[in-house]
Amino acid sequence: MITGLGVTAPGGIGTAAFWDLISSGRTATRRISLFDPTGFRSRIAAEIDFDPAACGLSPQEIRRMDRAAQLGVVSAREALADSGLTLEDVPPERRGVSIGSAVGCTSGLEQEYVVVSDGGREWLVDPAYAVPHLYGYMVPSTLAVEVAWAAQAEGPVALVSTGCTAGLDAVGHGYRLVQEGVADVVIAGATDAPISPITVACFDAIKATSPNNDDPEHASRPFDRDRDGFVLGEGSAVMVLEEREAALRRGAEIYAEIVGFANRSNAYHMTGLKPDGREMAEAIRAALREARLNPEDVDYINAHGSGTRQNDRHETAAFKDALGEHAYKTPVSSIKSMVGHSLGAIGSIEVAASVLAIKHDVIPPTANLHTPDPECDLDYVPLTAREQPVDVVLSVGSGFGGFQTAMLLAQG
Amino acid sequence: MTMFTLDDVRRILRRCAGAPEGDALDGDIADVPFAELGYDSLALLEMAAHVQQEYGIRIPDDAIEEMPTPRAAVEYLNRRFAGEPSR
Amino acid sequence: MSKRNTTTRSGRAPDERVVVTGIGVTAPNGVGTEAYWAATLDGKSGLARITHFDPERYPTRVAGVVQEFDAAEYVPSRLIVQTDHWTHLGLAATAMALDDAGVDPAELPEYEMAVVTASSSGGNEFGQREIEKLWSKGPQYVGVYQSIAWFYAATTGQVSIRYGMRGPCGVICAEQAGGLDVAAQARRLLRREARLVVTGGTDASRSPYALVAQITSGMLSTRDDPVRAYLPFDVDACGHVPGEGGAMLIAEGESAARDRGAVPYGVIAGYGASFDPRPEPGRPPRANLARAIRLALDDARVRPDQVDVVFADAVGVPERDLAEAAAIGEVFGPRAVPVTAPKTMTGRLYGGGAALDLATALLAIRDGVIPPTVGVTSPAPGCDLDLVLGAARETPVRTALVLARGYGGFNSALVVTAP
Repeated sequence: MITGLGVTAPGGIGTAAFWDLISSGRTATRRISLFDPTGFRSRIAAEIDFDPAACGLSPQEIRRMDRAAQLGVVSAREALADSGLTLEDVPPERRGVSIGSAVGCTSGLEQEYVVVSDGGREWLVDPAYAVPHLYGYMVPSTLAVEVAWAAQAEGPVALVSTGCTAGLDAVGHGYRLVQEGVADVVIAGATDAPISPITVACFDAIKATSPNNDDPEHASRPFDRDRDGFVLGEGSAVMVLEEREAALRRGAEIYAEIVGFANRSNAYHMTGLKPDGREMAEAIRAALREARLNPEDVDYINAHGSGTRQNDRHETAAFKDALGEHAYKTPVSSIKSMVGHSLGAIGSIEVAASVLAIKHDVIPPTANLHTPDPECDLDYVPLTAREQPVDVVLSVGSGFGGFQTAMLLAQG
Repeated sequence: MTMFTLDDVRRILRRCAGAPEGDALDGDIADVPFAELGYDSLALLEMAAHVQQEYGIRIPDDAIEEMPTPRAAVEYLNRRFAGEPSR
Repeated sequence: MSKRNTTTRSGRAPDERVVVTGIGVTAPNGVGTEAYWAATLDGKSGLARITHFDPERYPTRVAGVVQEFDAAEYVPSRLIVQTDHWTHLGLAATAMALDDAGVDPAELPEYEMAVVTASSSGGNEFGQREIEKLWSKGPQYVGVYQSIAWFYAATTGQVSIRYGMRGPCGVICAEQAGGLDVAAQARRLLRREARLVVTGGTDASRSPYALVAQITSGMLSTRDDPVRAYLPFDVDACGHVPGEGGAMLIAEGESAARDRGAVPYGVIAGYGASFDPRPEPGRPPRANLARAIRLALDDARVRPDQVDVVFADAVGVPERDLAEAAAIGEVFGPRAVPVTAPKTMTGRLYGGGAALDLATALLAIRDGVIPPTVGVTSPAPGCDLDLVLGAARETPVRTALVLARGYGGFNSALVVTAP
C-alpha cells in the first residue's frame, strides 16, 4: 500500500504543485540556468526552482548534501508527513529504505572536481582543496543514507542504481521488502540531479537529447513525428509503502496498491533498443501475472515516453505485444513531455503520477503531441488531461544497460 | 587538399572504438557494412567526433546515417573536406 | 494468453536452498580463484605503493592494485574501449565464474538468468579522463562511451549483454556492504523466478580524484609501509588501505544445480541487514551490527555456537573496530569464534569487497582452512577476539558468517554453509 507521497519536480515543489502542472498539460522545460550551457549541443532542461532552505533543510544539511540528496530528503519528509506515520506506529528497526538513482551525486562530484583539478588542468588533483564530504559524493549510497536518516530508518537500506529504470526498480525493491515482511514500512523512491556539464555533455556526444534550443517549452515531444530526443530533467519522488493490514490498523489514507512488478533486460545493447519491444513486453506480462490481472484490466499506461526516435517506437511495440488488441483502447501518456527525463528519478516520479491518476480519476496528457508519428499509433492523450475512471495503471521504464521494468498499481 | 582514406578509417576506429574480433579491419573492408564489422552507431559517432577534432571540420549530427560502410564514410568525409554540403 | 508461461516459470519454492556453483576472482593478491586462494592461505599481500600514477602528493600512497591483469585476455577489444577498468575486472571475474560453474548460458532460458552486481564508485578512472576533457578542452571532446562506462549499472549491463541474460537484472550500492546485499537479492530472485544469477561485484576506485575523495572519509591509512599500513583490531590500527577488484559468483537453486551435475561450494543460508542511526555529537554512536548478525543467523536457522568462522568487516579505524568486536562478542561471547580478515592482503574493495569475502568463506568451507589476518600482531584492548593471525588455521568449516559495513551506516551479515 502506498500511504504517503512526496514529489519535488520541475514546475513546483511538492505533490500538489506537481499534479497541478502535469494535469494542466503545462511544461517545465527551459534554457538551462544551473550552469552556462553555451557551447553545448543541448542547452535545455526541466529544472526545479529549488531553494533548499525554503524547503526546510538546515544550513548543515545544505552544506553536507549535494543537490540530489537535498531533493530526495525534501520528498522523503513530505511523504512521511503525508503518511502520518509515527515512531509508535513503526519503530526504526522495522523501517526500511529503498532509493533509486542513476548518477548518484554527480553534480556534487563535478563541482568539487573543478576545484581540486583547477578547472580540469590537473590529473593529479590537489587534495588540499577537497571538501570533507567529498567521499559521500563519490558513493551513491549516500542518497539512501540521507533518506534513512530523515526517516529514522534502521532496517534494511538500499540504493538501487539500474540507470533510468532505477526509480521504478527501487519502488519495486521496497515492495518486495514489505511483501516479504523484512520491514513493516519502506520509504521508497528515487532522486537524481543530473543537470551538470558532464552529464549534459555525455548525452550530447550520443545525440540522445533534444537540440531544440530555440523552443525549449516544446522540445520534449514524446510520440510526436517531430521528436528529436529527450529533454534532461531533475527531481525526486518518495513514497511510504506498508502492508495493507498495518496501514488500515493505524487508519492511514491509502493512495493505491502496488500489485505487480517485474523487470527484464534486453541483453542487446547498452543504449540501443530493438524496435520490437520484446523484453519490455515480457516484463509487462510477468507483472500482470503477479498481479493476476488481464491486459483488459489496464485503464492507463504511464509510458516511459522519453521522446527519442527509438524509444517511443520500441515502447509502442511492447504495449501491443503484451496487451494485444487492448493496447489500442488504452490511454497512454508520457509526463516527460512536461517534467523532462530525470534519469533514475523519473521512474518514481511516474509512479507518483500514476498514483495521483488513480486518486483523481484523471489521466495526465502527453504535452507537445501535435503530429502523431505514424509508427506510434496508440491513444497518447495529446495535450489535455482526460477525466475518466482509473483503477489500474501500468507504469513502465526503459534504461541504458538494457533494463526494462513494469509495475502495476491499483486502487487501494 | 586533405584526402581521407580507408587507412584513416582503420586508424581512427582502432584508436577510438577498438578492433573487431579477429581484427577484420585489415581485410578488404570498403563495402562491408560497419555493423557487420562490429561497429555500432556509438562507434560511428565516436569516429565522427574524432575526425571532427583531428581535421577541424564540422560534421552534422545525422552524418552517420550517410556512412553505412567504410567506402561511404571515405566518400562522405572527402566531400565534407571539399566544403560540399552533406547531400 | 498463449504467450504466458512459455519461458518464465513462476511460483518457485520460497524455501528452496540457493547454492553457489562458480567463483571468479580478480584481487590484488591474485587473479583467478586458485591463484588468489593460494596467495591468501600463504598470507601473501597485494598491498604496495601506488604506481599507476605518482602518489607522492597524497597522504595515502599504498593501495591494493590488481597486478598482472591484462584485460585483453578476458575482454574483447571493442568492449575494452567502452568500459572502465572496474568493468574489465567484473567481466573477467564473470568469465571465470561461469567457466568454474561449468555452465553455458546459451543453453539456459534467457529470462531466467539475471545479473545483480554491487558497485560503489562506478567508472571513476574513465570518468576522470572524460571530465578532464570537458573542463580543459570543451564539451565536444567528451566521448560517446562516457554515457555507458561511468554509471553504476555499467557492469551489470555489459555482463547481461555478453551472456544474453535477459532476466531481472539489478544493481545495489551500499559501499562495502553491497556485495552481501546482492547475494541476498540473488537468493530472492532464485526463489521467485530465476534459474541462474551472476552476483557479486568489483570496484576500482583508482583514479587520483577517487583517491582524494576516499581520503576525505578520514578512514584511509597514511602509513607508507605496506606491511604496517592496514592493521584492523591492532593497537597500531590507523585506517584501511583502498583496493580494487572483487569476485563474481554463480548462484543457482540447489535442485537445478544438482540436476545438471554441478558441485556446489556452499549454500547462501541466511542474510540480515540493519542500518545505524545518524551519529550525534556528544552521544556515543549506536550500532546495529549485532542485530544484522542475529537476523542472518535466525534466517539460516543457525545457532551462534554452530558458526565456525567470522569474516570481519575490519575497517581498521579503532573505534569502528571496537564496535565490530563488541557486536561479535555480544552475539558469540568473548573469543568464542575464530575471526579473520583476509582483506588485510587486498585492502578494502568497496563494491567488490564483501563479494570477495563471501568467495573466500566458500573456499574456506571447501578446503577446511581459515585464511589468516596478516600484519596484526597486538590486538587492541577491547578487541577480545580469537583472531586468526600469522598463518592459516586448518579446521573443518561448515558454517561461516561474513560481515560488511558500508559507509554511512549500512550493516550486512550473510551466513554460508557447507553444501
